[in-house]
Formats: sequence, C-alpha cells, structure tokens
Amino acid sequence: MPSSALDVALVAVVAWMAIGAAGLARPRDVVYIARILFPIGAVVGVVLAAASAFALFGPPEVAVLPLGLPGLPFHLRVDALSAFFLLLLSLASAGISIFSAGYFRAGEGTTPGLMCVQYHAFLAAMALVMLADDAYVFMLAWETMAIASFFLVTTDHRIAEIRRAGFLYLLIAHIGALGILLCFGVLHAGAADYTFDAIRALDRTAWWASIAFFLALFGFGAKAGIVPLHVWLPEAHPAAPSPVSALMSGVMLKTAIYGLLRVGFDLLHMQIWWWGVVALVLGLITALFGVIFAAIQTDMKRLLAFSSIENIGILVTGIGLTILFSAYAKPLLAAVTLTAVLYHALNHAFFKSLLFLATGSVLHATKERSLGKLGGLIHRMPWVAGAALVGSLAIAGLPPLNGFVSEWLLLQAFLFTPSLPQSFINMLVPVAAAALVLALALAAYVMVKFYGIVFLGRSREPNLVHAHDPGRLERGALVYFAGGCIALGLLAVPIIAAIDHVNVVLVGTAVGNRGGSWILLAPIGVDRASYSPLIVLAVIAAVVLLTLRIVHRQYHGRVRRGPAWDCGFPAQTPRMQDTAEGFGQPIRQVFEGLLRVERLLPSPSDSAPRYRVRVEDPFWHWIYLPIVAGIERLARLSGLLQQGRIAVYLMFSFVTLLALLFFTQ
Amino acid sequence: MSATGIVSQLLQLAVALALAPMLLGWVNQCRAWLQGKRAPPLLQPYFTIRKLFWKDVIVAANASAIFRLTPYIVFGAMCCAAAIVPSLVTDLPFATAADAIALVGLFALARVFISLAAMDVGTAFGSLGARREMFIGFLAEPALLMVLFTASLISGSTSLPAIVESLAHRDIAIYPSLAFAGVAFTMVSLAENARIPIDNPATHLELTMVHEAMILEYSGRHLALIEWASALKLFNYSCIGIALFLPFGIAEVSDDWRAIAWSAPALVVKLVVGGAALAVIETLSAKLRIFRAPEFLGTAFLLAVLAMLVNQLLGS
Repeated sequence: MPSSALDVALVAVVAWMAIGAAGLARPRDVVYIARILFPIGAVVGVVLAAASAFALFGPPEVAVLPLGLPGLPFHLRVDALSAFFLLLLSLASAGISIFSAGYFRAGEGTTPGLMCVQYHAFLAAMALVMLADDAYVFMLAWETMAIASFFLVTTDHRIAEIRRAGFLYLLIAHIGALGILLCFGVLHAGAADYTFDAIRALDRTAWWASIAFFLALFGFGAKAGIVPLHVWLPEAHPAAPSPVSALMSGVMLKTAIYGLLRVGFDLLHMQIWWWGVVALVLGLITALFGVIFAAIQTDMKRLLAFSSIENIGILVTGIGLTILFSAYAKPLLAAVTLTAVLYHALNHAFFKSLLFLATGSVLHATKERSLGKLGGLIHRMPWVAGAALVGSLAIAGLPPLNGFVSEWLLLQAFLFTPSLPQSFINMLVPVAAAALVLALALAAYVMVKFYGIVFLGRSREPNLVHAHDPGRLERGALVYFAGGCIALGLLAVPIIAAIDHVNVVLVGTAVGNRGGSWILLAPIGVDRASYSPLIVLAVIAAVVLLTLRIVHRQYHGRVRRGPAWDCGFPAQTPRMQDTAEGFGQPIRQVFEGLLRVERLLPSPSDSAPRYRVRVEDPFWHWIYLPIVAGIERLARLSGLLQQGRIAVYLMFSFVTLLALLFFTQ
Repeated sequence: MSATGIVSQLLQLAVALALAPMLLGWVNQCRAWLQGKRAPPLLQPYFTIRKLFWKDVIVAANASAIFRLTPYIVFGAMCCAAAIVPSLVTDLPFATAADAIALVGLFALARVFISLAAMDVGTAFGSLGARREMFIGFLAEPALLMVLFTASLISGSTSLPAIVESLAHRDIAIYPSLAFAGVAFTMVSLAENARIPIDNPATHLELTMVHEAMILEYSGRHLALIEWASALKLFNYSCIGIALFLPFGIAEVSDDWRAIAWSAPALVVKLVVGGAALAVIETLSAKLRIFRAPEFLGTAFLLAVLAMLVNQLLGS
C-alpha cells in the first residue's frame, strides 16, 4: 500500500518524540545528544518537508487514531493550509536542529538530555497542532507546545530574571489558551461534536460567528504577540537559548497565524467586513509599536524580539485585508493578500531564524548580548557576518531578497482596495497603507542599527579580539538559512504557484500568473503591476561587474591602506562610535509621546555626573499594572474576612445559612 | 521584448549617465549666480569625477569588503533606477521587471549600503552620518511611496511607463491630488538629494553634515563612483518628477525616431527649468536643524497621504 503524506507526517511526529525519549537514555552525554540525536531530528525535518510538499499539491487526507479518551479518538487531517505550515515548520526546524547540534555544550543550564526531550516534544507538538482535525487534539497539542516551550525558555532557570520571563510567558499563553478553548466552545454551539468537520457543517448567526472570531483573535493573538498581548514576547525570546528563540520566533508565532487562518477562513464560512477593519487596525498598531521599540533597544535579542512583533503586525494587517476582500466578495484580491501573508510568514521563518541563530553565535563567541559592547565582528566572524548581512537586508525588505516580494504583494493589495463599495473603508485604506509603509521603512533603520553596531565599525571592548567563527555545523545552518532567503526572493513565481493551493482552499481562487511568465511575477496583470527578482538581480549584478571591470581596466587599481581620516581628528577611540542608545535616539525623540521615557539628568555642578535614560513599554502602565493593582485590592478586601477568630467564622456560617433559608423559602 | 526596446533602453541609460553630472553642474551654476558668486563651469562635475578616477584610493585600515563594494552597489542601483524611470521613451523592457515600488526599493538598497559603509570604518562622523541618513530616509521613503501610489491610483498601474502614458493622455486639467503630491514630492526630493533645508551639499562644518559625513572616508575611484551616483540620483528624482507631473513630450514608441528626437530637447528644457527652480529653493531657504527635519518630512508625508485621500474623494 503506498504510504500517504499524512502517514509520513505522523511517522515524523512519532520519530521526534522517540528522539526526545532517546535523549533520556544518556542525559549527560553531550556528544551522543548533540552530534547524533539532533542531526537525526534534522533528517526527520527534511522527511517531513518532503511529505508536506507532497501534501500541499495533493488532495486533503484524513485519519482517525484510536488514542486518547474512550469515545474521543484523535482526528487528524492534512490539507493545503496545514501542509504549507508544516512545510514552514519542517524547513526551519531542519536548519535549527543542525545549528543546535553544534551549539549546545555541556554545563549550560538544563541537562542536555532534558533539553533534547523538550526540544523535540516542542517540534512534535507544533506539527500536531497543524495536523489536528478536532478541537480536542488541537488543544492537547497547543498546550503541549506551550509547556515544552516554557521549559525551553527557562533553560537557564537559575537566573531570577529568566524565571520571571518564563512565568509571564506561561501566564499569557494560558490566558490565550482559554480564549481559544472558549472559541471552540462557541463554534461547537452545543449542537455538534468537536471534530472540525462537524464545526464546518454548522450554520451560525453573524452574532455568534463574530464572538467566535474575536475569541480566536484574542487567543491566537496572545500567542502571536498582538498588541496589547505582546508583553511576554520581548521577555521570553531573549531569555531562551538562541536556537530556541529562533524556533519560537520563526515557527511558533506562525502556529498562531495558522490557527487564526484555520478558524477565520475554514471553520467559519462567513467573513464580516468589520472583523477585517479591527484586525487591520490592530495589525498596524502592532507593526508600528514593534518597530519603534525595536529601534530603541540596546540588547540584540530584544531588538529581534520586537522586530518579530512588527512582522506579526504585518501578517495580521494582511489577514485583516484578506477578510475585507472576502467579505466584499473579491476573491482574486483576497487571494493576492493571502498570498502575501503566507509568503511573509515563510520569509519571516527564514530570516528571523537566521538572525537569532547569528546572535547565538555572537553570544557564544563574545559572551555579550548588549549592543553597546560589540562591534567590528565582521573581521573576526566573517561567516556569521555574511549570513547576517543577507538576513538583515532581507528583513529590511530590500530587492531582490525575499522580504521585498511579500511586502510588494501586500502593497499591491492595498493599491487595489479602492474598488471596495464602502467609502468609509476606501478612506481608511490610504491611511493604513501609509502606516504600513512607515513601519516597513523603519524596519530598514532597525536593521542598519543591528548590523552596523554588531558587525561593523571597531570593537568596542578589547576582549572581542578573541571572537571567532563557530564550528562547521553552525556555519552550515547559517548558510542554509541565508541561501533560503535568497532562493525565496528569487523563485517568487513557483512559490506563489505553490501557495495558490492554499488560496484555493481558503478563499476559493488562485492568484495564478496573469500574463507573467516563469520569470515575471504579475499577480493581477502585466499592465497593472509586475516584478521580476531574477531580472533585477541580473541587471544589478551585470552593472556592478561591468563597472568594476571598466574602472579597473581604464584606471590603475591601486589601493593604499591607512588610518581612518575622520576629518583629521587625531584621538580616535572605538567608544566615539555611535552606541545603540545613540543610534536609537532620533526615533526616541520623534516618538517620545508614545513611549514612557524616564530620564535621570545630572546637575550642572555634579563632579561625577551620571546620565540615565530608561524607556518602558507604556502598555504595562496602561493595562497590566492597573489589573495587578485591582487584583491586589480584591485580595486585600477578601483578607478582611479572615479575622482568625472562630466566633467570626461561625457567624459567617450562620449568616450564610440564614441567607440560604431565605432564598429557598 | 523587441530589439528597438532594448536599443531605447540602452539609449536612455546612456543619456542618464551622460547628463546627470551636467544637471548637477547646472544647479551649482544657478545657485552661484543667485548668490552673487562667480559660477564654476557647467562641466565642473565631469572634471571632478575624472580627476577622482585617476587618484589613488586610500582605504581605512579596518575597512571591510562592504566598504569597498558599496560604491559599486550604489552606482549599480542608481543605474537600474535610471533604466526604469521614463525620461526619453516609455518603451522600456526593464521597467516590466521593476515597477514603482521596486524603484523605491532600489533607492532603499543604495541608502542601506551607503549607511553600512559609513559605519564600517568606525569613526564618529561616519556613524553620525549613517544614523541621520537612515533617520531622514525612514521619513522620506514613505512619503515618496505615497506620491507614487497616488499616481498609480490615477493610472491604475504601478508600472512607471504605464503611469506616464496614462497621465500624458489625460485632458489638460488640474488634479487636486496631483497638486498635493507635487508639493510632497518636491519636499522629499530635497531631503533625499541632500539639498538645503535638510542637508547642505556645500557644507564644511562637520556637525551639520549628513551625506558628506557618510562619505568622508572615501577617496579616489570609490569617491568618483559615489559622486556620479549622487548626480544620477538627482537626475532620477528630477525625471520621476517630470514623469509624474509634466509627462508631455516623452516618446511612447521606440520605433518612431522622430518622437525621440523631439523628446530629447523636451527633456533638456524641463531639466534646465527644474534645475533653476531647485537653485531658487535652495537660495531662498535656510538649513533646518536636524530635529526640525521630522516636521518638514512629516508635512511631506501628510501631504502625500492627503493626495491619496483627495484622490479617493474626488476620483481623480
């Protein structure tokens, strides 16, 4: 019997769990775990990638496993949507596993064996989230994913700050899970069973559909980091070891996007226009908030975490626009926007994993996470610097790399919105497009800051001279992701053709390539818009090479090396370069109204002046601290009941009894 | 893709490469006249570039490959941009591969690389310039994109040749949206080309420099390429302005050599007028403090958004 893609995917999930269990056999043997088990995990990832690529093009497959509680078997299904996200998961995890094989060392945090269990359980749970076809399996896998990642975040649990970050993450993950659980409850409506098939078959009123959608937006938004539920993200991502940060940022956030798409477009039949407006506005706020905060960070992993919030914002903006188009029965435009969303999710998995892994290598080589103490690493770590350059250019959305393609598609979608019937939305869209473009332009600022301060310039600390490139496995993983960024940028046409299988499932139409060719991307028509990354790259490369050749032929090619000129200033120290604070200062000044800035300025007569600026997340003060204060007040009030005297407690019982008698009469 | 298309493509690129330094020379000349100085010769930028090509290159000891590659990448990006923007003809085969959004992307590519190169040597002025350039860029780039969006909404296409063809064929009328967009575009062009309210191309005071601070460490052929690329950037912005707001006279078929023969003098006349206008603006305004730049560019951005809104409201 020929094995189906779903069977292979299940075997991969089981294999990941088995690898995790095998790690427990010799939990302290780093060589066995890192050099044998993690590479096997990567191979499983490649197999899963092949299976999900196969499933993306094939028909949906279903399976029922007699596991779990009696009468509640596991329903599994793989369709184009889950196959696409499985592909994203497996491609990213293969590279991250290879990197991890070189990265984890003895004596860092958790025992390697435990780490291996948590890591592979995390992978298996994420795969199962995408395979689930009933609410029960979905929640089971979702919770396993949350708990496995909680343990991974708190790998260095001896540090109090990391424990606190882990707790915050667990808390918000569970508040989100409650939202998802309630959403499934509403979807199920007491009428059907919890399989997705039954949920799909139901017809709902617009009212109940809206409740379900917003519960899903809340629940999945907590996992994705939509403002104001983002507070855990900049704490938890930097706390985790770098490969785990890569996995969480690159892949786990996408499971929330998957869930939102699954509920919004598959389980619910109708889309209502104002859902789209809400998602659009939330997405834009998230994108702008994330990128502004990324620009003022001084810790490289926090900077990347805030940049992840920005990218999630872009994805949610795209989802909002897709809902708008679907609600107004414009399937082609919905398909274009959805393509942009899925493409950007895939891109983000590649470039964010790449950058987090690069910070891991920098961290191992320098023991330093603060941007203000790095610099000049391009000379010491050329491999890491080269890969990070590709990642930074890609995330900044520059042609011809991959970030540009998805942003191009999204901007095209915005340009076509004026065909909507409601004039209010037609007014809203130019403003939304402007906000999106502002976020995209700021992303370039952030990436120049990140790359310039970490890799360029001169070393800000003397001990950086000992930094060196990582081993072969880690370099291989970095090259894999950098190559992925380039390939995703250049092969736009075939990738969109693959994404079209998901479009057909979710919005009923494929984008196709209208008048374009295998080299020319034209989603709506050549006369409307077209782009060809391969030609752009070829022309730029040709011009650059031709100029190089002509200049070196025509003129002498002499180069002398000398000290930097810098307008003739004699005493140059590395500390005169811009710091991370300095580079972020203009952004801080422009957006001061949105931030909470605390300044400590010395008095003019101070002989040992100290200057300190702290920028805080305003949402803590707007939302979270009032909630905490309210709960504390409630706790104090309930404390009044505890008098510690038995007579008082007896009186409570008496009063309760009287009250009950009164009511039952 | 036709053979004549390729010919007209190459012809336009060659014209851009050749005319760009002259436009810069013309602006400098006009500015000197307006300020009561003796003007440098019109061809001065060519002499400078030629001289720089023959000079030795001195590279700072700790500069990496990024520093040495950047002049070529910036020059390449500007050449590509010159190949997309219709200045003589609209029959540009390369323009189907890169539309208006890709054009903004190419400008961003050049900006990011030149900022990275400025940070590469690790001097105080370099990183200061890079920070200011990215700061101005993040404000100017959205405004430019909004201006281009307004034009593409009117013409229903993001391809620049299509925009020119559709705008040139409309009846002579005042489009309010284009008027707003025109003001916004002028402001953005001043900022992006390191012109006076934002930056001063003739400054010798280090603390006020933006563009000049970034390229302080460059010398010899590297500097020549960067200077040429800057001239090309000014030329490209001028041609974008012409294409969006004065698209009349640009030849639409490359077979018709008479049309091209007409479009070349039309281009020169428009550039002469535009360059003189630029000199007048620069003479009449004073340089802004760097933290006044957000107000200036924010105004440009809002005007561009307003242009898009007006376009939605009035349908033109």
